[in-house]
Amino acid sequence: MRLHYPDAIRVIRVPCTGKVDVLHLLRVFEKGADGAYVVGCLEGDCRFENGNLRARKRVEQAQRILDAVGIGGERVQMVNLSSGEGPRFARVAVEITEKIREMGPNPLKKKTGGKMAA
Amino acid sequence: MIVAEQKPIEEIIEMLKDFDRILVAGCNECVTVCEAGGKKEVGILASALRMYFGNQGKKVRIDEVTLERQCDHEYLEEIRSNIDQYDAVLSLACGVGVQFMAEKYFSTPVLPGVNTCFMGVTEERGVWSERCQGCGQCILGMTAGICPISRCAKRLLNGPCGGATKGKSEINKDLDCAWQLIVDRLKEMGKLDTYETLMPIKDWSTERAGGPRKIIREDVRL
Repeated sequence: MRLHYPDAIRVIRVPCTGKVDVLHLLRVFEKGADGAYVVGCLEGDCRFENGNLRARKRVEQAQRILDAVGIGGERVQMVNLSSGEGPRFARVAVEITEKIREMGPNPLKKKTGGKMAA
Repeated sequence: MIVAEQKPIEEIIEMLKDFDRILVAGCNECVTVCEAGGKKEVGILASALRMYFGNQGKKVRIDEVTLERQCDHEYLEEIRSNIDQYDAVLSLACGVGVQFMAEKYFSTPVLPGVNTCFMGVTEERGVWSERCQGCGQCILGMTAGICPISRCAKRLLNGPCGGATKGKSEINKDLDCAWQLIVDRLKEMGKLDTYETLMPIKDWSTERAGGPRKIIREDVRL
């Protein structure tokens, strides 16, 4: 298909989105990422039954925490796609990149002069 | 176990805003099981605090530790060598752990990160409910293993009040009437005659009303 999506995105593969923890989502912002989104299988289609539903709850928890600490909960999102939706994957990547670009850089980067916790 | 829930992050930030070196201390026991103050919650809270203070442009050192227990000397001693490195400790243990740490490290502020709620069970993941009030004189043998002290709003000892309706308590339609549960179980066990036995007036002096309690056992003392 040779689809293009923004090169600002770094894909991190996990066996199932059920593996994604709140702590993983918070760490990316602590390290200076501007945004993050979790791409899980369509709801009801999880091979492990509820991995993607758990991921959604964790994303929501991360959103609440990011809002509370002033980073902005909107910077983390949950998206559900099937493995056959390549074009939609690329489209979502563009949409989310644009949305995060509108929000501006991670406020922590400005405050810490680009030096983020390792 | 002792059941607690984490304080709102805004309240925690308000408590910590004047400190520059903070240790977030979890506990591996009850608060880990009720997902309020274990290693994972310590990690999440510490990360959130680092981001908050970083966003405020304030350089604050936030370290993490999770002790096996905070209600025993031996585990609290593990942080003695580096407690002086911190301006404050945010303990995610129950109120017992917070106090014991405060007693031990007298000059360091020890602040509570959770609200300690009750002694209870995990009904299902994410649902905890009260089962014991530590009254000091257990009557479960008379009440089919169901405690009317902790599960009846009025702590009645001889049957339900007039407010129970269809097996539910009058204070909350979702709350089972403890005495309904007791009668049901006595019936199931074929011991309904126990229900006819009048319970004597309870001696409440062993309960919290008698003041702070203490147990001294010479047989196990060193």
